[in-house]
Amino acid sequence: MSRLRLAAAATAALGFALALALAVIERPAAVLNLPALVEAEIAGAGALHPITAVLLDFRSFDTLLEVGVLLLAVIVAYALREAQPDGPDRMGLDTPLLRAVISLLLPLMLLVGAYVLWAGATRPGGAFQAGAILAASGLALRLAGLRVGGLDRAWRVHALLALGLAVFVAAAVLPALAGHAMLDHPATLAKTIVIVVEIALTVSIALGLLALFRLAPPQVDGPVFEDRRSKPRGGA
Amino acid sequence: MSTALFHACIGILLCTMGLFAFIVHRHLLRRLLAFNVMGSGCFLLLVGLAQDGRGPDPVPQALVLTGIVVAVASTALALVIFRRWYRVSGEGQLPEDV
Repeated sequence: MSRLRLAAAATAALGFALALALAVIERPAAVLNLPALVEAEIAGAGALHPITAVLLDFRSFDTLLEVGVLLLAVIVAYALREAQPDGPDRMGLDTPLLRAVISLLLPLMLLVGAYVLWAGATRPGGAFQAGAILAASGLALRLAGLRVGGLDRAWRVHALLALGLAVFVAAAVLPALAGHAMLDHPATLAKTIVIVVEIALTVSIALGLLALFRLAPPQVDGPVFEDRRSKPRGGA
Repeated sequence: MSTALFHACIGILLCTMGLFAFIVHRHLLRRLLAFNVMGSGCFLLLVGLAQDGRGPDPVPQALVLTGIVVAVASTALALVIFRRWYRVSGEGQLPEDV
């Protein structure tokens, strides 16, 4: 590593730190009292917990785009995937211990996932956390070499991956067709809409995270080109 | 020093460390880690500063939650691309950096 690079990195980092510190010190005073605003409006939102209300009602456009980003990442990963080698799944570790532990843990993980999704209405929790737990349980299944029978067909996985964004877009566009603003849910329906969107999001987020893991090129025998492997690598 | 300011300072520290490591290291995995450290610093700065004097503010917290999901998605995508690059080239870094 050259000294010049180190010096440049240190200068850039210190300058960045100074600029950030200045921005923090000189920050303008808050014009709006956002917590109070959220508190005042939460009755008309579909959820009682302020963060869930912000995520899925007040600023649901952000969440809509976030789900779009996740789906986009999965699509790019699909586009980059390699042909899977024939034969048994290389991911699976065929040990009876792992299977036994998973058969004990999996029901609990599914239960915790469902609880976290449901808890999002009134306390910390929600679609992403539940999706992450479900993705972890799917990962555990995959490590044990077990398959989920219903997900063997590719089109089912693709449909479930797109489900979250599709439901969210429908929830965004349908109020607009009915004469409201986009994503503006009538207060009577807000709770139902939020629950339906959250369930669809949980499924899609869980499968999306799992797909990103599954689609990484498998570690077969190292790199393809033998001659470049023997070359010493600098840096790092 | 208030709690909010303390969080902001740690956030600035994380951002700085992340930027430094991002420039210094050439290996793609290290760069990705540095990028994530930088992102965590930003999140801490956002959430920490927002609770200045008024208690927790749900709006930045929701923004950061959204940001975490995007960071997870982009990190996973970067790892997929890195592994693909490694399988194609046998290198852990970009040709411009060698």
